[in-house]
Amino acid sequence: MSSIVCKDLCKTFQQGEEIITGLDHVSIEIDAGDFVCLSGPSGSGKTTLLNAMGGLDTPDSGRIRVGNTQVDELGKGPLADMRLHKIGFVFQAYNLIPVLTARENVEFVMQVRGEPAQERSQRSHQILKEVGLEGMEDRRPAQLSGGQQQRVAVARAIVSKPTLVLADEPTANLDSVTAGQLMDLFVELNQNHNITFVIATHDTRVMAYARRLIKMRDGKIISDEKQQQPQIED
Amino acid sequence: MNILPLKAMFMLAWRNLWRNHRRTTIMLAAITVGVWAMIFMTALMRGMVDDMLLNGIRSLPGEVQIHHPAYRDDPSINNSIAAPDEELLKALQIPQVTAWTSRVRVPAVISSERDTRGVVLLGIEPDSEVQVSFDADTIYEGRFLEDSSDRGLVIGAKMADHLETDLGKRVVVMSQDPDNNIADRGFRIVGIYKAKLASLEETYIYAGRDTVQKLLKLGDNVSEIAITSEDYRNVDNWYPRIKQAAGEGVETLPWYEVDTYLGSMLAMMDGFVLVWIIIVFLALSFGLVNTLVMAVFERVREIGLMQALGMRPSTILYQILMESLLLLLIGLLLGNILAVGTVIPLQAGIDISIVAEGMEMMGTSSMLYPALKLNDMIMANVIVIVLGLLTSILPAWRAASYDPIEALNKT
Repeated sequence: MSSIVCKDLCKTFQQGEEIITGLDHVSIEIDAGDFVCLSGPSGSGKTTLLNAMGGLDTPDSGRIRVGNTQVDELGKGPLADMRLHKIGFVFQAYNLIPVLTARENVEFVMQVRGEPAQERSQRSHQILKEVGLEGMEDRRPAQLSGGQQQRVAVARAIVSKPTLVLADEPTANLDSVTAGQLMDLFVELNQNHNITFVIATHDTRVMAYARRLIKMRDGKIISDEKQQQPQIED
Repeated sequence: MNILPLKAMFMLAWRNLWRNHRRTTIMLAAITVGVWAMIFMTALMRGMVDDMLLNGIRSLPGEVQIHHPAYRDDPSINNSIAAPDEELLKALQIPQVTAWTSRVRVPAVISSERDTRGVVLLGIEPDSEVQVSFDADTIYEGRFLEDSSDRGLVIGAKMADHLETDLGKRVVVMSQDPDNNIADRGFRIVGIYKAKLASLEETYIYAGRDTVQKLLKLGDNVSEIAITSEDYRNVDNWYPRIKQAAGEGVETLPWYEVDTYLGSMLAMMDGFVLVWIIIVFLALSFGLVNTLVMAVFERVREIGLMQALGMRPSTILYQILMESLLLLLIGLLLGNILAVGTVIPLQAGIDISIVAEGMEMMGTSSMLYPALKLNDMIMANVIVIVLGLLTSILPAWRAASYDPIEALNKT
């Protein structure tokens, strides 16, 4: 079953007097449990497509369905509800709320969902352990390294068991070792929890982890290939 | 509904407030001083107006008065009333009434060998009169009247000056009896009093009620029955009961109807306090809005992140309002403590005798007693909270209206 279906998406931006094409009649279907990389140079439209899938940005035309939800028909409030209940986000930077500790950042989404305190505490502890941050639960973002911060963001993205994780340049601010560790974590979560991952990147090391690699240029999909995903040992 | 629980919202608001210690501290100081100014100045104004009203009521004197219906138009001896009957005496036992007295009150002329002045002659029953209006401690020469048949006369110090008379000297008091004949009598001055207001010393002279009744051939009749309670503001709670017992044949009026100027003074004061509090708040609101706008502006990306994570715009709005509420509550707490802490030591009175003459024209005495009223404090606090939250809606709305993508990409 398809996790995401995008049909004929178009999006343009006005920059001064110039009209920039973000998405140019993009159609794509992503299966549940897939691990997809959107690649391409800056301005190719990968982030725009990712944001449209996550309901953060509205396309000018076209249809988007995530699971059973027709995203393009939703208002601001229901879109927020969909993001809360179905999607986990990992951004390039500014991923965490600086006044909250690692544990509180992870629990934040669960709090908004109204989950009980005991369950929040158990799951945040377990997930932080899973991403290798045991013992760092009470540190604030400023007391964590860039890689550790991204791990907290990943923990927060998956703690509510979303069906889809959208990651925008998650390794851009990380050194190669930390980036590799983060990608190993993504693959592990994908394989163990059957979470669909869609990652926008222009980092070739990240692309190597994908089962499906979609290349974009000038708002269009120029290639869509399946590839062998490396097996991560538990 | 994806709303952050109140506890989490409170915790987030609290930590956000202290992200910029200096700004929050400055804003708190501004709210504290503003609230202090509201409450402290209101206490001073209330104290001044209380003093004016109490002096005014004292010069009536009595918080509720029972008269002949025509007495206020023609305060002559012809418009007298009978002494209280049983039903009225029973009504006067209600707990709200702290004291009452009946008195003869007529316009009269007092003459010494040097001068003649128009006065108000009060024929009083001394024991009950001192509980209603006259302060026996204000006698600074001689003594006060001993009973209602006392044949002596007590006059004010200013009047003694005008008449160029003194303690122990005789004066003649003239008025009219009910048959419109001159009724006059020689009195020996047994006491001279000083009042808070010099005008009272020039207006009222006191003699025994029985003596005056005999002089004016009044029998047991009196001009008025004056009643007092613990708080002149609460007179409406009990005076209808007295009015009912006094019956239709007499006029029973509360102080604010006896002297409408005093009544309107109290209403004007309430309006003035409200205007004062709002003006101080308006000055504060600029700082409050600026603080919140800056707090929102600095956190645009974070707000975008919260929206991306699934926080509804309304929840963002509540979050910013919570920060404003916290700031206001802390400022109010400190402001209230500061106000109470500065008013209480001053409740023994502030000496304003340096401007006493000017103040006396307004009917206030030379000591100002700040009056801290719970109602005024509640009003100041409620106004600050309500208007504070209203003015915070603008920055909160702005935060809630951010587009998540634009907010996340803000540099």
